[in-house]
Amino acid sequence: MDVTFRIRRQNPDLPDLVKPYWQEFVLKDVDPTDRVLEMLHRIKWEQDGSLSLRRSCAHGVCGSDAMRINGVNRLACKILIRDVGEKVQVEPILGLPVVKDLIVDMTPFFDHYKQVMPFFVNEDPLPEDGRERLQTQADREQFDDTTKCILCACCTTSCPSFWANGHYVGPAAIVGAHRFIFDSRDQAGQERLDILSEPNGVWRCRTIFNCTPACPRDIEVTKAIGEVKLAIRKGTNVGIIETSAIH
Amino acid sequence: MQIHKHDAIIIGAGGAGLMAALYASKGGADVAVVSKLYPTRSHTGTAQGGIGAALGNLDEDKPIYHTYDTVKGGDYLADQHAAKILAENAVEAVIELEHMGLPFDRTSAKRISQRRFGGHTRNFGEELVRRACHAADRTGHMILQTLYQQCIKNEVNFYDEFQVVDMIVVDGSVAGVVAIELGTGAFHIFHGKASFFASGGWGRCWSVTSNAHSLTGDGAAIALRRGVPLQDMEFFQFHPTGIYRMGILITEGVRGEGGVLINSVGERFMERYAPSAKDLASRDVVSRAIYLETRAGRSIKNRGYMHLDVRPQTVNRYFAEEGRDRADFIDESTVERKLPDILDFCRTYLGVDPVKEPMPVQPTAHYAMGGIPTNVDAEVVVDAAGLVIPGAYAAGETACVSVHGANRLGTNSLVDLVVFGRRGGMKMAEYVKGADWAPLPNDAGAEIEAEFERMRQSAGASRPGELRQQMQETMMENVGVFRTEETLQQGIEDLAALRERFYKDLQIDDKSRVFNTDLMEAWELGCLLDLADVTARTALERKESRGAHSREDYKTRDDENWLAHSLIYQSGALSEPAYEAHFDKKVDLSLWEEEVEQGLPEEQQKFRPVERVY
Repeated sequence: MDVTFRIRRQNPDLPDLVKPYWQEFVLKDVDPTDRVLEMLHRIKWEQDGSLSLRRSCAHGVCGSDAMRINGVNRLACKILIRDVGEKVQVEPILGLPVVKDLIVDMTPFFDHYKQVMPFFVNEDPLPEDGRERLQTQADREQFDDTTKCILCACCTTSCPSFWANGHYVGPAAIVGAHRFIFDSRDQAGQERLDILSEPNGVWRCRTIFNCTPACPRDIEVTKAIGEVKLAIRKGTNVGIIETSAIH
Repeated sequence: MQIHKHDAIIIGAGGAGLMAALYASKGGADVAVVSKLYPTRSHTGTAQGGIGAALGNLDEDKPIYHTYDTVKGGDYLADQHAAKILAENAVEAVIELEHMGLPFDRTSAKRISQRRFGGHTRNFGEELVRRACHAADRTGHMILQTLYQQCIKNEVNFYDEFQVVDMIVVDGSVAGVVAIELGTGAFHIFHGKASFFASGGWGRCWSVTSNAHSLTGDGAAIALRRGVPLQDMEFFQFHPTGIYRMGILITEGVRGEGGVLINSVGERFMERYAPSAKDLASRDVVSRAIYLETRAGRSIKNRGYMHLDVRPQTVNRYFAEEGRDRADFIDESTVERKLPDILDFCRTYLGVDPVKEPMPVQPTAHYAMGGIPTNVDAEVVVDAAGLVIPGAYAAGETACVSVHGANRLGTNSLVDLVVFGRRGGMKMAEYVKGADWAPLPNDAGAEIEAEFERMRQSAGASRPGELRQQMQETMMENVGVFRTEETLQQGIEDLAALRERFYKDLQIDDKSRVFNTDLMEAWELGCLLDLADVTARTALERKESRGAHSREDYKTRDDENWLAHSLIYQSGALSEPAYEAHFDKKVDLSLWEEEVEQGLPEEQQKFRPVERVY
């Protein structure tokens, strides 16, 4: 089948192309099971080498190729032509400054992530036997979902609250904090909750739910945010809640 | 050119680079990590099944068993003292990762959970052992995330999306590297007392690969171009279970959980090739078996792939045949819980649900056993005697210690990068305390900048994508799982023709500087061409079959003539390089030699090179 790609482009380095514009490319012999990323590569490798995008692993694990495909945030390597049809519109993710074509400046995104103490803290002496700290598998399961995050920014850049206010830490940073807040071995949960109860923390979340379907790793992002909100009000010992409780 | 000065410059932000950064910074060094990707995009993050360490949490285990498996898996080309260090340090390295917060799965005794993996056994090959410590099937992701998080905590300097393109050598020592800031196209000099290459492998030389697009062997190619030899380049591992046509990895952990390979006549064919370890024989053995079955007309639909079956009814049937305890039997929820990413890949890309249908798999180019030669402290060495080049370090896939010999065991890549990243980081912290700053030459960076300018202005008719595809196809066809003199000669000839077009007829569409991925991909292709060439040339010269290097015209291992590492050197212009390969670097056989000294009779010697049987 033939597929038409309509791609949002700009290049700050070339005076004629500084302003954003749309460009169409037609690809022939496309298979419905081809990945969108492969098709963008075909455009780049066969038609126009200047088309610029980030990509690396090409199977949904590294998080490089988040983009807005037919109006929805997706990893280009994890969405197939059969999922998007014969007309595909591709543009950069929203809410971050565009560098060139589909490439955005990720610095603000990673800065937000770094704000929430996204690292393990435990100041107790290490186990005397020189072995691992102990944890039950049930306790390990409490934060399993949020360990899957690959920091692709699909959630944060699908969030209207983030579009409205770029200082909001955004869903990905909250997911990053959740992973540690609910880890039984970690000791800095309260500090993270204090950070997240600041004006640009979790309370900017209006439970719009855009983030959850945007996640290519199927993390229940809104639920995780809800759990953090509840923990701020009632403490982490309340534990994990059922999804229904935050509706 | 802007100059950045740091004690230690680390090139690459995968597991090896971040581990080195962490330990060098803990050791007091001012560290900069320079990476062409954001650290969390690094390929360590795609490692799935586990990291081997003889913790003995579920089965009795000892580091010496892990050492034995590593040496045997490597078809006796691994340096035995290095393999011993790998296995011993693995235990404390994994414990340290847990202490850094890595969320391993847990046993009922709240300890780190472990699973079976190919080639990992107890008591010198007696039976398979649960040694691979895992966090679901995203162990590499958790290692990468944990190390990056700890680097943030330790305030390591990161230069994200800076691509290193040259190394600065002054009077035989390394004074730093040259990098392009991708976002602006500007060249930067990183002036360091030590430079640490942790820049990954080069699976993108082949058309079917598990490797990321960014795995173009930049660091190894840069070192090679600056006079450092590459070691054991003829050994490149094909992982037996990549998703058909796409190459995406399906972890050996699937077989570790009981999954089996089935041919077109419904036979579990590995029983014939490896009666004891069966589907969990070492990767080279299983990949060859798949090719041989294909040749015998027993691939599924005659298309060169096999079925990997992890459906509970299949797994439990074979468990019953083997007399396994009923408690080991699995159900759909076991598969869902232990292999969630694998299920997701198959459902997304193939529309196949592995709990209900078998997965179509074929061998996929996966891992470079060879690379920049180092000693056990990650110091780069430049000759057969182990002469160190001051200020140069390497670890991870880009390096060759050698612990993997002719074939790497599953999980040992993660072990390698944490163990030698850590050792190298510590060693480097010590080194920079005593070392002086090598003065930068006035024209540092000028040569590579001119080369990029030349490429950027190219107005030929050969697109990088087209040349790369042709290179990948000839490598797959001629320098793949099976090789002969004829195919290797053909490969070398094809590569020479591609190189000619690359240097004389390149087409670059993007003339701008900001994030010029057209140009960067072209430069990376140049790296791949060099690495493909040295792979084919060393493969041509090694006239024996050993581990992943399988010559159909020299079918057996020949210890008398070839129990040695190869070192290949490149010189001359990039467009017409000259190569020189030597096969005189001795393999360390110290564990075997100790056994001989102790007067052990031959049949009790565990480390004597013998024929591998699985």
